[in-house]
Amino acid sequence: MYSIFGRAINRLVCAGVLLLLTSCGSSDSPPSVKKSAVTQSNSVQVTAPELVVYSSRAEHLIQPVFDLYTQQTGVEINFVTDKAGVLIERLKAEGAQSPADVFITVDAGTLGFAAANNLFQPLSSQLISSTVPAYLRDKNDLWTGLSLRARTIVYSTERVSTDQLSTYAALGDSQWAGKLCLRTSKKVYNQSLVAMLISEKGEESAESIVKNWVGNLAIAPTTNDTKLMQAILAGQCDVGLVNSYYFGRLQKEQADLPLALFWPNQNDSSSGVHVNVSGAGILKSSSNADLARDFINWLVSDAAQRIFAGVNQEYPVTETTAVDIQVASWGQFTQSAQPLSDAYKLQPAAVKLMDRVGYQ
Amino acid sequence: MLALCTVLSALFYPDVPTLKHLFQFVLPEAMFNTLFLLVGVCGLSTIIGVLAAWLTTSCHFPWRGFFSWALFLPMAIPGYVMAFSLIGFFEYTGFLQSSLRNNGINTDFFPDIYSRGGVIFALSLVLYPYVYLLAKSAFKTQGVRCIEVGQSMGFSVRQSFFKVVLPMARPWIVGGMLLVMMETLADFGTVSVFNYDTLTTAIYKSWFGLYSLGSALQIAAISLLLVALLISVERWSRGAQRFSDNGEQRLSAVGFRLSGINKWFAFGFCSLVLLFSLILPVFQLLYWLVPTLTQQLSVPLWKYIEGSVLLASLSMFFVVCLALVLAFIARTKEGYDVKILTRLSTIGYAVPGTVLAVGIFVPISWLDRQFVALGAASPILQGSIIIMLLAYTARFMAVAYSPIESNFLRVTAQVDMAARSLGVSGFKLLKRVHVPMMRSGLFTALVLVFVDVIKELPITLMTRPFGINTLAIRVYEFTSEGLWERAALPALIIVLVGVLPVILLIKRADHD
Repeated sequence: MYSIFGRAINRLVCAGVLLLLTSCGSSDSPPSVKKSAVTQSNSVQVTAPELVVYSSRAEHLIQPVFDLYTQQTGVEINFVTDKAGVLIERLKAEGAQSPADVFITVDAGTLGFAAANNLFQPLSSQLISSTVPAYLRDKNDLWTGLSLRARTIVYSTERVSTDQLSTYAALGDSQWAGKLCLRTSKKVYNQSLVAMLISEKGEESAESIVKNWVGNLAIAPTTNDTKLMQAILAGQCDVGLVNSYYFGRLQKEQADLPLALFWPNQNDSSSGVHVNVSGAGILKSSSNADLARDFINWLVSDAAQRIFAGVNQEYPVTETTAVDIQVASWGQFTQSAQPLSDAYKLQPAAVKLMDRVGYQ
Repeated sequence: MLALCTVLSALFYPDVPTLKHLFQFVLPEAMFNTLFLLVGVCGLSTIIGVLAAWLTTSCHFPWRGFFSWALFLPMAIPGYVMAFSLIGFFEYTGFLQSSLRNNGINTDFFPDIYSRGGVIFALSLVLYPYVYLLAKSAFKTQGVRCIEVGQSMGFSVRQSFFKVVLPMARPWIVGGMLLVMMETLADFGTVSVFNYDTLTTAIYKSWFGLYSLGSALQIAAISLLLVALLISVERWSRGAQRFSDNGEQRLSAVGFRLSGINKWFAFGFCSLVLLFSLILPVFQLLYWLVPTLTQQLSVPLWKYIEGSVLLASLSMFFVVCLALVLAFIARTKEGYDVKILTRLSTIGYAVPGTVLAVGIFVPISWLDRQFVALGAASPILQGSIIIMLLAYTARFMAVAYSPIESNFLRVTAQVDMAARSLGVSGFKLLKRVHVPMMRSGLFTALVLVFVDVIKELPITLMTRPFGINTLAIRVYEFTSEGLWERAALPALIIVLVGVLPVILLIKRADHD
């Protein structure tokens, strides 16, 4: 059976190539020939050092930083963007042959998962271990956070007063019945938040908290944070959970937005606001680890942090960099002390928990 | 093929705890939702497609010429763009309901767009053109004698439509329905904008959320089996019937005059379809675009357009050539293994693009590692355009194969015999006899693949070489950040770039 298939495939491929050459060759070969010629001449002329970055952070958020780096150092940066899970699978498949030097992604769970898949080599950077706080880095020095975002409560300033709000768990109270909006549980930000609840309070209490949330939902979970805030603005619900920068983006468009952020879990010494990072690590496959290290070192410098975090209204990971004025206006808060390093271990448990309580 | 084997091989390594969880909490609903969606989308797009094709091909009513080609255009709109623009228009905080509320009208009566009905509606509006296209070409090439035969048997025109014309057009319509169902099964973009859970979203959940690519591939294998089942049912029921054309007078040349009410019914139906499938989404995109136009134009979009067009043109030739060869082999060679082979090679259309991309990437990377081990300086295939072309072929073979195969059916066996008796056989037969006779089928296949590649996202994302960017990727970058407004411009350009070849296709079809 196999050989019959094999022969058929062989014949097919030969025939296909032939046909391609005879009937279609004239129309499609010129661009490809031209292209390879161009890239060849490029590689001859330009001997500038080059870094390859795989990123799940969107192009418009990384391009400005990369451009600045190229401008300052002359190092060219080639990058592709894709979903984090796909990039990790791609890196695994490419193995040692991968052209990539650096992996940039959002969410500590994803960074941890990449580390667990043995994709990173140690950063071994004095600068990073001295400027980036330890809880925002991998405990085995495999990745570092590059910007910080908080997943927190957003509320309608017209219908809610701050004394009604206290903790994440309290959003499950009966006073919010039919007044809560949540984003879909498929988004990794919610998975990480629930993972934090599990590590703080244990799986059982976390499950009952999330179950209460689901019971309080005013509308079906929204597909993104912006939709969630629009629903609050339109009066469909009164409170919800969002990443700080989505609020920042809406506030930038409309200064008198009748919404505000609230920092939960502030009176509990073992807890705090759930924060997450975007981050990066040097890949094992990198043939240019020193150059990659220079690049990541530069990313935690003041100038780079101001753009990397600032372009998306996030918080810088270095304490020395000043927070953007608009972001600072949302106030100070205590962060959850849970180390981000272990977030990925609990993520499957969090997903399963949300499935069990019917959180879509 | 390679990709499919990778997917199917996952069946042998079950990840039991994850699967158990999925079977208990996720799959029952996902399965039900998927079947519901399949039936709904297939039903609705078939009704729209067939009715519109019949009306515009064989009846006279106002603006028929305009509708005849305009109804193709929604084909150029990607499902995810249709989804987010319809939602932007119809949802509670959307344009329509907000405007109504601002004028003091309570909108609580409004049906929720985030619903089963909403998803079916959106998907049907982008998928009906496949049925429309194929049904139209069936009606067009169908002899007028079909109706006459019906009438001689005492049927009215309406009865003969159902009893003679439709059954005669079956391979085309069913071909369109199969494409629709496969596309629906593979869809991730549209359903995720609606947060509607299907088998595809379950695949993504096990992969990205539960870190279990194995069980993700197993769910993919389940949906593949579903398609295999669909296809074999269709083949089996078609049996040994023949659908060749006898070269008589064309139905479209006659044209039925519709009476007063029917005339306006036909006009109203076509207008309504066009309103929802094209005018509303484009309006919504423009509504988002206009306030931010200057900001959006500040970024040069040329390289995205160039990337999209380049990739789509290359791959359309590649895929169509392979499809032609495949269809030719299936026609000339007897034997069960050939039939199975051709079937299998078109099944990739039902696999979610990301899964297919991984399915093709893993074996290619393995191959590259072997090359390097044999002494190659660097990986040869990875990051080259070849891997993209292969992946597109795996994904879109069905789209190219379907019109070519149907067209082959219209070429009678006598033609082959005559050619053979004149000493023309083998690939010469294909080149000298079949290809000239099948221009319209080939052209349709080219356009369909072109438009599908322009809209394609996951494979392009994963396999593109450095520096190649497409419009679809641009849309993805913004929608993944919830910036639907900024995705409006690249989305509109996708529609424009896709519409042009579709118009060419129509002009050409009219010419024939």
